[in-house]
Amino acid sequence: MAESQDTFKLGGKEFSSRFILGSGKYSLSLVRAAVEHAGAQIITLSVRRANTAEKENILDFIPKGVTLLPNTSGARDADEAVRIARLARELGCGEFVKIEIMRDSKYLLPDNYETIKATERLAAEGFTVLPYMYPDLNVARDLVKAGAAAVMPLGAPIGSNKGLATADFIQILIDEIDLPIIVDAGIGAPSQACRAMEMGAAAIMANTALATSGDVPRMARAFRLAIEAGREAYLAGLGRVLARGAAASDPLTGFLR
Amino acid sequence: MGNNDAKRSDLIFDAEGLSPAALERKHKLERDPSCRADPMEYLPGMEVIDSDVKDIVRAAMAGYDPSVYTARDVRRALDGDRCTEEDFKALLSPAAAPFLEEMAGKARAATVRHFGNTVYIFTPLYIANHCENYCVYCGFNCYNPIRRMKLDKGQIEREMDVIAKSGMEEVLILTGESRSASGVEYIGDACELARSRFRLVGLEVYPMNTDEYRYLRSRGADYVTVFQETYDVEQYEKLHLMGRKRVWPYRFDAQERALRGGMRGVAFSALLGLSDFRKDALATALHASILQRRYPGAEISLSCPRLRPITNHPDVRPGEIGERELCQVLCAYRLFMPFAGITVSSRESASFRNGITKIAATKVSAGVSTGIGDHASKYGEEKSADGEGDEQFEISDARSLSKMYADLVGEGLQPVLNDYLYL
Repeated sequence: MAESQDTFKLGGKEFSSRFILGSGKYSLSLVRAAVEHAGAQIITLSVRRANTAEKENILDFIPKGVTLLPNTSGARDADEAVRIARLARELGCGEFVKIEIMRDSKYLLPDNYETIKATERLAAEGFTVLPYMYPDLNVARDLVKAGAAAVMPLGAPIGSNKGLATADFIQILIDEIDLPIIVDAGIGAPSQACRAMEMGAAAIMANTALATSGDVPRMARAFRLAIEAGREAYLAGLGRVLARGAAASDPLTGFLR
Repeated sequence: MGNNDAKRSDLIFDAEGLSPAALERKHKLERDPSCRADPMEYLPGMEVIDSDVKDIVRAAMAGYDPSVYTARDVRRALDGDRCTEEDFKALLSPAAAPFLEEMAGKARAATVRHFGNTVYIFTPLYIANHCENYCVYCGFNCYNPIRRMKLDKGQIEREMDVIAKSGMEEVLILTGESRSASGVEYIGDACELARSRFRLVGLEVYPMNTDEYRYLRSRGADYVTVFQETYDVEQYEKLHLMGRKRVWPYRFDAQERALRGGMRGVAFSALLGLSDFRKDALATALHASILQRRYPGAEISLSCPRLRPITNHPDVRPGEIGERELCQVLCAYRLFMPFAGITVSSRESASFRNGITKIAATKVSAGVSTGIGDHASKYGEEKSADGEGDEQFEISDARSLSKMYADLVGEGLQPVLNDYLYL
């Protein structure tokens, strides 16, 4: 496949960048540089942060042409998530929404049950719904049925920078779900993003990994390169990893008639 | 720590202007324990909830001897992936003092992972300073003849307008602890006025019953702060000599009642320096973490006030907890509860607050006045014709919102005025 054709679709929009940038944990003045260095076409923002009279509103810092992905952080059930999504639309954030529903203030783990309910309602209202979820195949199937545009399983607890702690379960979603699988939360280093892309993830989302680095724009660039490399490797088809010995270039059973 | 220090008899003072009869009652309370009420005994109207949290916290506190921890315990705590209760005790102990820089580094990493470089800004608004309690260290105490004042609705609106105009989006409403002067409905009115001007409304008022918290939630309050002052009941008894506040267990269960009443968040603190600050810090964090386990959706935050000079008693000092010790406590809090908000008030100096926001604190106040009805004059507007009420304590960091905002940006931090949607 030619590079220029390697895109993925969300809600009728086509994206060539597979890096979704978070925005919540570093200074707004860095947002523009981060977007540019990341080559990002989608940036998330927390509606509860955008809904402010502050002199510095994040909406003013996001370059034009970048698709906004407002999230519903702060919602504790489906009902609150639906209300936040509607507010995002009123604020002019567009039709995309990332559902985040947490009933736990310690680990911020998503509530899959409420997430399915919110997905169903918001999809019916015409939103392009990207639900953040704990990687569970049955839940992912329900999200597909509910009208999700993609599924966003967590790699590790949010903010933990622990990488793909749930790798085996994410692989199952990649293998079984016919929607883009976007790995969200926990990705702490470009190498981990690269691995998720090699596994077949459609895209990666990262926030804390950038915020905790010494140089946000530079780390954004590092992620972009890693994600591109991982994607290329996936498209090329990873070579076998041999437990021992060398690979025979001729089939071992080639002598059989 | 020495027991003499723990008694804090230096906190007791006689203000001028008290009648001889009042002085006599005051001295009797101070000198004759037998005339004081049992601090564990509930008063009529106080709701008793079925909760064992205070027993767990008191047992842990009683079993904690900071002096037994060694550098090896601290090393293990710093090398571990998770901070257990034992690790936390080691980090609070004197043995951890030489590790302060390393603790700060680890605390900073945890803060950044959970909060990025954001720092929240809020301002407190005192609407009344009437008080029915005799707490020996407090400027509002009923034996301190200060100018008492309670703002009416018009005055509250005027104060809130001035604060809102400065750009502030979160307000913390405070009163002295007097149910008769500042009733629950009066506080509810203030919440409603705040709701229409601010995006987040906190309350720091006297403890109340679950149905009263539910009522205040319905009038617009989002979170409740109650300082336990000290978790050491014996010491609490010696410092809170009279009034409803004397009832230790009713105060302890306030956060749990607030959560049952539907509040989104609760804040905890001991007034560090009233008793052994290491034990009080342990109790504060355990209190908060146990409630987090039982009410996992609740937003949890910790404060860390130290004693400050008060009206008519300018010599009040924090006691044995200096800035280094305070920093150690805050680093230990951060490592034990990486997800919790930590508020550092204007009791601390500007330089301490600048430094600690880069390590552990996630919230600071700005544009602070602890007096009543004086925001207008302090924010450069005309002084109110109604006069002003005296302050609860002297603040140390008097920075305005715009100064605080600019300073945080200058430190590479991201000031946030609001992170909350009212739904």
